[in-house]
Formats: sequence, structure tokens, C-alpha cells
Amino acid sequence: MPLLYLQILANGLVLGGLYACIASGFSLVWGVQNVINILHGSFIVLGAYLAYFAYLQAGIHPFLSILIAIPVFYAIGYGLQRMMINRIIAAPVLLTLTLTFGLDLMLQNGMILAFTADFKKLVLDPPLGTIALGEMVLPVDRLAAMVLALALTAMLYLILSRSRIGRAIVAVRMDREAAALMGVNVPRIYAITFGLGVMMAGASGPLLAMIFPISPLGGPAYLGKAFVICVLGGLGSVPGAMVGGLVLGVVESFGALWFGPEHAITLSFTLLILMLLLRPHGLLGRKGYE
Amino acid sequence: MKRDAWIAVLLFALVALLPLSGEAYWMRLGTTMLMYGVLAMSWNFIGGMAGYPSFAVAAFFGLGAYTGAVAQKFGMPMGFAWAGAGLLALAFAALLGLALLRLRGHYFAIASLVVAEVLRELVNSMTGLTGGGMGLNLPIPAMASVDVQARFFFYAMLLLAAATFAAMLLTANSKLGFGLRCIQQNESAADMLGVDTTLYKVSAFMLSGVFVGVAGAVYASWVYYIEPPDVFDVLYSVKAIVMVLLGGAGSMFGPLIGAAAFLSLEELVWRNYLQVHTGVLGLMIVLLVLFLPKGLLSLSQRIGRRKMP
Repeated sequence: MPLLYLQILANGLVLGGLYACIASGFSLVWGVQNVINILHGSFIVLGAYLAYFAYLQAGIHPFLSILIAIPVFYAIGYGLQRMMINRIIAAPVLLTLTLTFGLDLMLQNGMILAFTADFKKLVLDPPLGTIALGEMVLPVDRLAAMVLALALTAMLYLILSRSRIGRAIVAVRMDREAAALMGVNVPRIYAITFGLGVMMAGASGPLLAMIFPISPLGGPAYLGKAFVICVLGGLGSVPGAMVGGLVLGVVESFGALWFGPEHAITLSFTLLILMLLLRPHGLLGRKGYE
Repeated sequence: MKRDAWIAVLLFALVALLPLSGEAYWMRLGTTMLMYGVLAMSWNFIGGMAGYPSFAVAAFFGLGAYTGAVAQKFGMPMGFAWAGAGLLALAFAALLGLALLRLRGHYFAIASLVVAEVLRELVNSMTGLTGGGMGLNLPIPAMASVDVQARFFFYAMLLLAAATFAAMLLTANSKLGFGLRCIQQNESAADMLGVDTTLYKVSAFMLSGVFVGVAGAVYASWVYYIEPPDVFDVLYSVKAIVMVLLGGAGSMFGPLIGAAAFLSLEELVWRNYLQVHTGVLGLMIVLLVLFLPKGLLSLSQRIGRRKMP
């Protein structure tokens, strides 16, 4: 029995690493500009399609297609913010939410037309196999995807904490007016932030394509997870997304064991409500930053 | 208030003449429009008046539909089943409101969005009671003909829409409506000045739930067959919001105008671009938010203002 628990814990952590990567970009955009990017989930799916077709048509390994995804999705995000979202950034919360929702409907519809509604699965040939850790068995593709996901998340952390642009983003998050007075070009920083957020979504697509089947309507499920993780870990901080992602991964894995996988949403929603009521600033968040 | 009431009576009386056309197509469209109107006006209580971006419409709608259907499955007469659906939605909104309305902004929006997903999952897994993913068939009411049935459901929806409008009009002109507008402007200040914000918000949320619950039950009886992804469709929440935005948030006739305008657009898009209708809906939302964020009614005000010297 302990072996079963250990195996499930390991599975949960692997899943959690991927979740951290999904959520970090979403959390960044939400934290910095108070915009919920409903498109986030669909961009992940689009990234997964990119990896699928790159592998099928050109034989590019999914891990390498991340390198294509990064500039492409950054450009999409940057342009989207510049052309649309910046125009209504000062409007009430409902409007930005509705705008990204409308864009999401368009993207989903576009993906159905372009890729059909069939589920697709990226199957590596030859498969990467499994490795045994003691008595536990872990598939190599999942493990590698988790390592890459954590590396991507760490990269975002380094950008935010070390680079000039990153410090400007953090400054805007803390106090927009003061940052503007210090010479930070706020609309540009918003665009860069949104670009980074979309980039993280697009880059985690290929990783998820290795593990889960791809469907044009799979976005909302990823979006829901990103939201729960933000609340769990605390908003706008990369370490928060990391912790929240790992916690959710482990909770979901054990929840599937104890309650059955069909109750995954109910379980995470219960967790969400409990967190919002008991610790609204998240596990790692600081008070007053929620 | 009196003027609004008279305009509304006239409007509903005009709509009540629709069955004279005798066309089944127009009856169906009219019933749908009234249902949309109920959803939009209900959202207006919490979203337009109190300024809380609720996405719970789909949850109330599905809950009402399933309550009505399950009650009828156990032999309850249709009218009682509808009332029961409304009451359950009311109670559910009260409990949910107490938990969720402490949250603000995006937190409230997403939490209310997830409620429909949770309910759908629960309904899906309770196969014995709800039929799960197989859906649920409702008894077909014993009436003389299909036309009589169509007319019956049209008038049921009309009555419900009129009740919703009356509730909205009364609320807007009462202490409750005043308090809700205070909460929208500045909740902390309203709290400080003695508005019982929790009570007011929960009341608004309950009002936004009860009529949608009944609408769901009427819808279930109307279409005879429901399944979880159909009645817990998140698009119901989104459509309600879009309709109110289209008509103008917080105004009296905005939701109704928005519902009529939205349904006309939707019907045109459905008819002509079946493959891309969600995409076109998305495009409409984007254009609306970017270019007309205050709704169609703001157009007439803008034109009116220009005329003034």
C-alpha cells in the first residue's frame, strides 16, 4: 500500500510541475494588470497543435518545437495587448473579461475549423519508455516534460527578478502610478507582460501534447486549473504558481484515488472556496496583494 | 417609475399579440426571446445594479431545469415543479451568495463561473436520479395540439418575463436598489454609511437566481429533453452578460432591448453561418466591448445630447 501512495505522489508531482508552467503566465498577467486572460487555455491548446503538426509534418521533436512556440506566442500576446486590451485596460473588470472571452470563442471556433473537432494524440516513435525508481515506475516523457516545465517556469522567474524589463514589470505591479512617474512606459510594460503570459501558455502546449490528447475545446479545463492554482499559491508570483501547481497536482492525484476521477472539478472547486474563505492571499502571497 | 411601468405594460401587451401570426417559427423565436429576456434581467440584479460580475446564470438555469424535470419524473404536476425549481434556485443562491459574495472582481467572476461546472459534474455522476450523461426525458403535456402547446409555453415565458420585469422595477425604486447602486459605486463607503452590504448583495443574488431557475424548468418542459451539457452551458451566463451590455447595464429596458437585439443577431448568424456561429458570436462580443461598451441605449443618449444646444 505505501508503494501505491508513493507512486501516486510521484505522479502528482509530475502533473504539478506541468500545472505550475500553465499557471505562471496566467498569474503574471492577472497580478500585473488585473486582467483575466480567458484565452490562456486555448493558447495552450494552440501550442499543443503546433507541436503535433511540427512533429507530424516536419519531424521536429515536441521539445524542440517549444523554441518555435516561444517567439510566435510572445508576438501574438504583445500584439493583442497593444491593439486591443490596452484600449480598455481602465474599464471595469467585466469588460476585459468579456473581451478575452469573445476572443476565446473566435479562437476555439477557428481551431475547430482548422484542425477538426477530433481528438488528436501525439505519439512519439520510438516511445521514450519508462524508468524505474526503486519500485516506482515513471514514464520518461512525463518526467522530461515536467523538468522542462519547471525550467520554463524558472526562466520566467529569472526574467522577472534579474532583467531590467522584469524589474519594471514588478514595479508596475506594485504601484502603477509611481512606476509611470519613474519613467516606466506602462502600456509597453503591459504589452510585454501579456506577451510573456501568452508565451508561457504556448510553450507549455508542446509539453502537454506529450501527455494528454489534444482537442480544440480543451482550453477551458486548463484555464480552470490555472485559476485554482493562482488562488492556491497567491496571485502574480512565480513561486506561488509553482507551489500552487504542485499542490493541485498532488491533491488531484489522491482525489482521483479516493473519490474517483470524475469528481476532479468538484474537488478543486471545494479547495478553491476553502482557500478563498480562509486564506484569500494564497499560500505564499502577501496580505494586501490579493 | 410609473412611466416605465406603463411602457412595459404596453410592450408586453404587444408581445402577447404574437400568437396571432400563427407561425410556429415566430412562436419559437418569441419564447426564446422572452427566456433570454428573463436571463438578462436577472443578471441585471447582481451585475448591473450591484456591479458584481456574476457568471452563475448557467448554474441557476441548469439547476432549475433539472429540479423541474426530476420533480415531474416523480409525478409532480408541472406548475408545482416549476415553482419548486424557483424555490430551490432561491435557496441555492442564498447559500452560494453567502460564500461567494465575500469575493470581489475576478475572484467572484471565476468562482461563480465554476459553479455551473461543478453542478454539471454532480448531475452527470448522479445517474440514478438525473439520468447522468444520458439526459432526462420529460412527460409531454396532454394538450389538444402542438400549436396549443407552443402557445402555452409562450405565455408561460411571457408571464415569467413580466414578473421578472416587475421585480426589477420594484427593486430599482426601492431601498434595496438604492443600496445596491451604492455598493456598485463604493462598497466600503456604503458599508460605512450603514448599508448592510451582505444582506443586500445576497438579496440581489437571490433575485438573480429565482427567475432563472423557473426559466430553466419551463425550458425543460418546453423541449421535453435535457442533458447536462445543454442546460449547464456556460454560454447562458455569457449571453446574459452580453445582452445586458448590448442594451446598457443597470438600465430598465436595456436587458429587454439587448435580448431582442441579441436574439435577432444570433438567429441571423445561426441561419447563415452555422459552421462559424460561435466565432461570429465572439466577434460580436469583441466589437461590442471595444466600440459600444455602454450599450445600444447609450447611442440614443449620445445622439440626444448632441441635439441639445
